[in-house]
Amino acid sequence: METTSTLEKSLRFLALSLVVIFFMFPIFWIFLMSFQTNETILQIPPSIVFTPTLSNYAALITGKLTTSAGTLDIAFMRNLGNSVFLSVTSVALSLVLGVPAAYAFARHKFRGSEDIAFTLLSFRFAPPLLVLLPLTQYFQWLGLSDTYVGLIWVYQLICLPLILWIVRGYFEDISADVEYAYRIAGHSWFATFRKIALPLAGPGIAAAGLLAFIFAWNNFVFALVLASADKQPVTVGALAFVTSSGIQYGQIASAIVLSVTPTLALALYAQRYLVEGLSLGAVKG
Amino acid sequence: MLPYVLSLPALLVCIGILIPFVTAVIYSFQRYRLSQPWSRQFNWGENYYNFLFNDPGFWNTLKISLLYAGITVTLELLLGLGIALLLQKRSRVNNFISIMLLLPLMIAPALAALMWKLMTNPGFGILSYLASSIGLHDFRWASSPDTALLTVVLVDIWVYTPFIMILLLAGLRSLPTQPFEAAALDGVPRTFVFFRITLPMLTPYILTATLFRLLDSIQQFDIIYAMTQGGPGNALTVFQVEAYLNFFQSTNVGRSAALMVILWAITYLLSNIFIKNWLRLRERARGEV
Repeated sequence: METTSTLEKSLRFLALSLVVIFFMFPIFWIFLMSFQTNETILQIPPSIVFTPTLSNYAALITGKLTTSAGTLDIAFMRNLGNSVFLSVTSVALSLVLGVPAAYAFARHKFRGSEDIAFTLLSFRFAPPLLVLLPLTQYFQWLGLSDTYVGLIWVYQLICLPLILWIVRGYFEDISADVEYAYRIAGHSWFATFRKIALPLAGPGIAAAGLLAFIFAWNNFVFALVLASADKQPVTVGALAFVTSSGIQYGQIASAIVLSVTPTLALALYAQRYLVEGLSLGAVKG
Repeated sequence: MLPYVLSLPALLVCIGILIPFVTAVIYSFQRYRLSQPWSRQFNWGENYYNFLFNDPGFWNTLKISLLYAGITVTLELLLGLGIALLLQKRSRVNNFISIMLLLPLMIAPALAALMWKLMTNPGFGILSYLASSIGLHDFRWASSPDTALLTVVLVDIWVYTPFIMILLLAGLRSLPTQPFEAAALDGVPRTFVFFRITLPMLTPYILTATLFRLLDSIQQFDIIYAMTQGGPGNALTVFQVEAYLNFFQSTNVGRSAALMVILWAITYLLSNIFIKNWLRLRERARGEV
């Protein structure tokens, strides 16, 4: 690598610049658009010089859109709230159910343990609609259709396999010797799990939780099929928003910016764990 | 006893999914339309029989799904490998770029499609403007049947290339350095090093990334539905979009379920290949082989 010529260096620089432009430009452009009014968005040629306005964000946050035809109510903040509520509770439930199970799978090779683990893993790869379509009917019988409880239950399909597989990998990487020593000293199984295993696997559990949150937040199809307007998260809500009449393009852009900010912030915060998490531990970062 | 109790929730979730799964399989063997519930009956696999012999829509779905998965995964693999090679050397700039490139992957695919929809809007979209400024007047992106596939493929590439890039980058950086040092000492040409050393050693990572992407891509729903809802016409009715429209618009539950069962069979085959390969990888990563 030391013998790279100037030509090669400039070619590499050019290629990297193109890559960065391709992947960063849409984010940059939508971000700019969110501070523009329809007049500046519609002008030709497009320009990046404009007087920024916060009116789009103000309209979304107050929920009142003033159009030529009158005032329009928009439920965007409600969608945002739904996203937060659904993602947080789903991940919390998944952690409570998944972490002890992951520990059991990692420490005790009992009959059927691999089968259960692999069945769960295979759901990560099964077509969601295969399960969702019959589920709409079951939910009607059970009275769960269009309830938060039903949605959180279905969100376990996203969160639980992820948490189970990542956390299991972390538990397997920790030597069991410390735990044996602690047990021999007379402590209970639960105390060992809480005082020794949990803290040691802490970073892994945190990473799995963050990733599960991102996946839950970004999910689209589950809520599209099972939730009505007032329970919808932003991914579905934003889509309905686009087709509603009287909407300004800048407001769509700012809705997108508000919807993606939480996951982008979390991803930057947890980027160290992304490789392992995204590949379910198949590739170490 | 305890491990059984602890894994009980996981087991229950499994059962909770298996019940609708079995239900879907049963539906797929029924003549079942929500609009005509009285005519619901077992029909000896007629749905599947129709796919084979008198349902051009099915072949369209199969073709588009395979085409979509094939094109996106191939392009993402080439692009992801290229970018990973560019960023291989650990430096502050490279690390920064590799983190920035992850951002598209963290955006919900449905919202990413919406972003591109704004950028390809014929009235004010920056990409429509750029297209017309290089002479492609009236380039209609997702709203024309000729370019709809191209447009959603572009969005898929934008969202998922970072996934392949980050896996291959992790792979490249974890390769042992000795073979490369030896090759450099012997003055081995760099194309030879790439094809005979780098690529073979990277193969497990490439396989993992490919299979992960293939399984997701053949099931793509979010990007296509958010962008065009399967249109224009039936230009983008991939498996899941077609099943969704069948269920909710034409209320043909039987056909919808049969489509999903076939998609499931395809992913089941692919994921079995994946899981075997993946187990081996995990063991190797732990140094057990």
